Amino acid sequence: MGAELGTITGFIEIHPEYSCMAGPVPAGDAPIILVEGLEHIYGDFKAVDGISFSVKKGEIFSFLGPNGAGKSTAINVLITLLNLQKGRAAIAGHDVKTDPQKIRESIGIVFQDITLDRDMTVWEILEFHGRLYRMPLAERRERIEELLQLVQLDAKRNELTKKLSGGMKRRLEIARGLMTRPLVLFLDEPTIGLDPQTRMRMWEYIRGVNREGTTIFLTTHYMDEADQLSDRISIIDHGRIVVTGTPWQLKNTLGQDLIYLETSDNPAARRLLESLPSVREITEKKQGIILMVNEDGTRVLPGIIDTLRENGVAISTINLKKPTMDDVFVFYTGKEIRDEGQQPARGGFLRAARH
Amino acid sequence: MQDGFLTIYWRDMIRFVRFKTLLVSSLLQPALWLAFFGIAMASNFDVMMAGMPVPEGVKAVGYLTFMGCGIIAMTTLFTSLFSGIVILFDKNWGLMREILASPVSRNHIIIGIALSGVTKSFIQAVIIMGFGVLIGAAFFAGFTPVHVLIGIVGVLAFVAMFALGFLFLSAAIAISMESPEGLQGIMTLLTMPIFFASNALYPINNFPEILRVISAYNPMTLLINGIRYFAIGPDFYALGHHYAFTQMDILLSFAGLVVFTAIMFALAWWRFRNAVVT
Ligand SMILES: Nc1ncnc2c1ncn2[C@@H]1O[C@H](COP(=O)(O)OP(=O)(O)OP(=O)(O)O)[C@@H](O)[C@H]1O
Ligand SMILES: [Mg+2]
Repeated sequence: MGAELGTITGFIEIHPEYSCMAGPVPAGDAPIILVEGLEHIYGDFKAVDGISFSVKKGEIFSFLGPNGAGKSTAINVLITLLNLQKGRAAIAGHDVKTDPQKIRESIGIVFQDITLDRDMTVWEILEFHGRLYRMPLAERRERIEELLQLVQLDAKRNELTKKLSGGMKRRLEIARGLMTRPLVLFLDEPTIGLDPQTRMRMWEYIRGVNREGTTIFLTTHYMDEADQLSDRISIIDHGRIVVTGTPWQLKNTLGQDLIYLETSDNPAARRLLESLPSVREITEKKQGIILMVNEDGTRVLPGIIDTLRENGVAISTINLKKPTMDDVFVFYTGKEIRDEGQQPARGGFLRAARH
Repeated sequence: MQDGFLTIYWRDMIRFVRFKTLLVSSLLQPALWLAFFGIAMASNFDVMMAGMPVPEGVKAVGYLTFMGCGIIAMTTLFTSLFSGIVILFDKNWGLMREILASPVSRNHIIIGIALSGVTKSFIQAVIIMGFGVLIGAAFFAGFTPVHVLIGIVGVLAFVAMFALGFLFLSAAIAISMESPEGLQGIMTLLTMPIFFASNALYPINNFPEILRVISAYNPMTLLINGIRYFAIGPDFYALGHHYAFTQMDILLSFAGLVVFTAIMFALAWWRFRNAVVT
């Protein structure tokens, strides 16, 4: 999958050569998270394989990647729960390796797995967290009320967490992570297992926290979450960052439109269409081919049909659509993410074509 | 962070009172020892010892009183050692990640856990002393109220120091282990020799030489010396043996416990500093 990227020209930058995307960083605006050449090995398995990136203050930055890509491992190193083995990482100017205490004072976390004490009540969970982070009493109590409303657990405040449903637990975890207003908030797959309305509400609140000045580092394998929430996304796979860009930039690498064709002779069709000026790139799938076009697809399509017809290639299927985050993801990782809660065919075009 | 340990302490105590079955069973065991083993053995020993001459002017105490002090120590040992299992569950269930990634310093975490452990041991020690008196153990017999108070404070001071030592040991082992079963195995393996190679149930004076030396320096024995000194008195006769503690003896016993606990603290501190929890 890496090789085919080489042919793409344009505004997107492909790792491993590291550089900061989304335009130049204004001078004097030092990144709040800076990671260089980070590696992490479990036994003899390299879970994180030399990643470098930086996050600007006030950004919402996402790692989008399939299961086992190394997202949580990278986060665990950054939040000082795993030792930094190789590379460099700094948050707010503090080195992760030499100054973990300063890091812990600067960050907040929502963990991927449930980490609630089963024998404490909803209220106690939040109170404990606020105390851990030394929030003043008044602010703590006020924030607890606000968050209990947000995650709609007000009625359950005196319930032991073991009596909550899975989604309620998740909501409580998110509420806990949002108690403090840290410099950087790490959210490891925050909305996993939540119903759509709740997810929307969480996003809205996360945006609000972000507007108040907290930088957000998010991992997700929900395309729409990455797409709608992030300022910038790094797609990560096999412990490496494959590509970084704004959602708009990433989608635009696939051209303005995608056209899917099934024909009587796909290789021939590919040869014929490759030379058209509006066609940026063609990928061959099992049954058909996909064209990424630089112009409005509806205007390009008649020319394509004419060309094929003139050369005796019969078309059996045509489909045209805008690239989505799913397409971007499949394009860069060669994988599709199918998971609980994920609508299977939501615009999955490259995906559908793969079978 | 000046009060981080209080936060940890607060949470631990919430969980302590919430685990009611654990609380009850941790008290039931020593109560059963006292009620069955204590009374059964006392009815034998006290008859056997009845004919033996008690030195002039020395207070003779029954077996129940003698071993009751040992049972207080035993409960402290068990509770402290097995508190590590809770730490291991916290670790395995990811509960510790929240704490370890928070700004609360490692020292405060250890202190908080230690304080709550000591509190638990205090509660147990007091209840067992009360229960012992109820079924006929002569704790603080013939003491003035002031002496009783001093006695209780003395017992608790010894219990605290001992509990801390084994809490640290337990925490250090727990943080290094993966499975609760393995930990349970180690703890069971540890409790047997510590309990039996001590003067909890019998005098150690007639042990073979090597065992006697080991037993004399066993932290358990040091603790029980302190408990007997404060709960029975400095000079008493039990199981055919004349116990006479000088203040120096007791200070040395306490100093021994302090050294033991300091070593265990160093061990726990070192293990926690390197703790990696995911
Ligand atoms: N404690 C561990 N010991 C050994 N291998 C591990 C450990 N934790 C993770 N791994 C491996 O490292 C790789 C990356 O795992 P990681 O949890 O970082 O992935 P992820 O991107 O967060 O995936 P997911 O989307 O499923 O959360 C996986 O292949 C996993 O099997
Ligand atoms: Mg993960």
